[in-house]
Amino acid sequence: METLVYKKPECLKKDGKFTFCPGCGHGVVLRMIAELIDEFGIQGDTIAISSVGCSIFLEKFYDLDVAGASHGRSPSVATGIKRSLPGKFVFTYQGDGDALTIGLNETIHTASRGEKITTICINNTNFGMTGGQASATTLVGQVTKTTPTGRNPEYVGYPIHAAEMVAKCDGAAFVARVSICSPASIKKAKEILKKAFEMQIKGIGYSFVEVLATCPTNWGMSPVDSMKHIKDDIEKVHPTGIFKDITQTEAR
Amino acid sequence: MIKTSSKVLVKGNEAIAQAALNAGCKCYFGYPITPQSEIGEFMSRKMPELGRTFVPAESELASISMVIGAGTTGTKAMTSSSSCGIALMQEALSAMVCAEVPGVIISVMRGGPGLGNIAPAQGDYFQAVKGGGNGDYKVVVLAPATVQEAVNLTYRAFHLSMKYRTPVILLADGILGQMMEPVEFGEYPYEEIDTSAWALSGAKNRKPRFLVSLHMQEGEMEAITNRIFEKHDLIAKNETTYEAYQTEDADLIITAFGTVARVAKAAVKKAREKGMKAGLFRPVTLVPFPDEALHNAAKSAKMVLDIEMNKGQMLVDVRSAVFGAAPVEFYGRPAGGLITLEDIYGQIEKRLG
Ligand SMILES: Cc1ncc(C[n+]2csc(CCOP(=O)(O)OP(=O)(O)O)c2C)c(N)n1
Ligand code: SF4
Ligand SMILES: [Mg+2]
Repeated sequence: METLVYKKPECLKKDGKFTFCPGCGHGVVLRMIAELIDEFGIQGDTIAISSVGCSIFLEKFYDLDVAGASHGRSPSVATGIKRSLPGKFVFTYQGDGDALTIGLNETIHTASRGEKITTICINNTNFGMTGGQASATTLVGQVTKTTPTGRNPEYVGYPIHAAEMVAKCDGAAFVARVSICSPASIKKAKEILKKAFEMQIKGIGYSFVEVLATCPTNWGMSPVDSMKHIKDDIEKVHPTGIFKDITQTEAR
Repeated sequence: MIKTSSKVLVKGNEAIAQAALNAGCKCYFGYPITPQSEIGEFMSRKMPELGRTFVPAESELASISMVIGAGTTGTKAMTSSSSCGIALMQEALSAMVCAEVPGVIISVMRGGPGLGNIAPAQGDYFQAVKGGGNGDYKVVVLAPATVQEAVNLTYRAFHLSMKYRTPVILLADGILGQMMEPVEFGEYPYEEIDTSAWALSGAKNRKPRFLVSLHMQEGEMEAITNRIFEKHDLIAKNETTYEAYQTEDADLIITAFGTVARVAKAAVKKAREKGMKAGLFRPVTLVPFPDEALHNAAKSAKMVLDIEMNKGQMLVDVRSAVFGAAPVEFYGRPAGGLITLEDIYGQIEKRLG
């Protein structure tokens, strides 16, 4: 029997390649999403919403229909699309700056309305694309371009805990935080993303997955140290887990 | 219940909303603001009845982005707001033009600047026509003067928006939104536009499509901007409309848009009765602006008098259209100051009497 070790997912562009920095978490997650779209066989029924951030060029990576949104507005664009084409699989791919800083209002309201869409939020605790400034999720003490001596809560306040907050929204069906800092955690992340996709595909409701992801460039760390930083530091502040799953609550 | 065939008495805001339904608007997204909240309230009743979408958005940033989402799928969608609410939509409008996404925006002006007041005004001419969004872009802007025309132009807004894949703003002042007039709705008079060549629907048995507004390759953005402006040249050629009333032999041509033009028309009639040769030129499309027609009309006049409920906004377009063919003067009142028939008649008499 032949074992296929590596196969490029169908919905990743044949001639496309990721243009992220070495060790960046975006590539890992985008690939995982592509694999899931293949597994569910929904490439021709999917519309992705690209957001402002390092991942903005979804149309250059994916063989999918893509709509662009202004910074923070992806969930609203997704709402308009899903309400127009309820049978399609609609997902937003956003950063922590996009979904949790400038666009937190849209995130919370879209979850509360129970829009049947899926949001994947890549939390790398900074504004990657603009060169590493502090975002809503930046850890206390974390050095960024705009917290040069480390985030001082007395001065700029505390980080926002997104998954916990979104899970509080009555309209949300499935909310989780995963991390991608080891082969095991990546495997787990994919299982959870799969559940999130199912929530929409089965028509159950809104799903939100926050992914703790590496940004070696702006963290000033090697890719390996970045993985360790997620495990040792970020997960302490933004713990992984499933924060809401209405299919489990109902089953109980 | 509003009938579609014979004349009925309707408030401007509700007439616009009913016209949107007749035009096949499938989605309405909005956030309340006086003096246009009746539009959203009407939609919240009617859309569910018709199996269509009404979403009370969390802000105008969200509502226009929802319109964009629906628009990318080729679905007719609309939002409505006023002054400071429209201000929040400017970034999205610029992006919408860039990505060539259709959508209809009803702007019912209140007094400003700031939160201003809720009195009727025309201070958002620049906001609609020149735009507060970034970059080189234009939206189509239509300006009704009567409730009947608001209905007709709502139909036209949907048509132009789908035909040219562009946002279209229907710019009304608060008087029009609140006033009741007899209206004949008729049926949506335009053919449906086929969107299947560009709308997003999932890349099934065809190449993937993308409607985005970031284009970083060298020369890409320049080419797109040029194409969008070529489209506007075409819109100007095909779609420019205006009303010229007794301008042929007029010594004084009044320029005005929206409800002010109605008052001006009555003043012109009165002046004619007294033997003063006044006329009225009313742009119906503010973008595209009827430059050529106004210029030609102004050639035989002794002067042009622009009248607006603001400090002189359309005035810049009037001056640029007239371009020396006649001297241009201005009379206006901002932020809710009403302009009466007597005011305008007085302005005419001062110059021709
Ligand atoms: C309205 C607006 N404000 C600011 C920006 C600049 N900007 C571009 S990307 C970005 C931050 C993105 O950070 P995040 O969402 O965390 O994505 P990442 O790049 O980290 O993946 C900002 C502030 C913008 N494009 N639009
Ligand atoms: S700046 Fe950070 S998030 Fe952006 S591509 Fe580089 S590593 Fe990835
Ligand atoms: Mg980020």
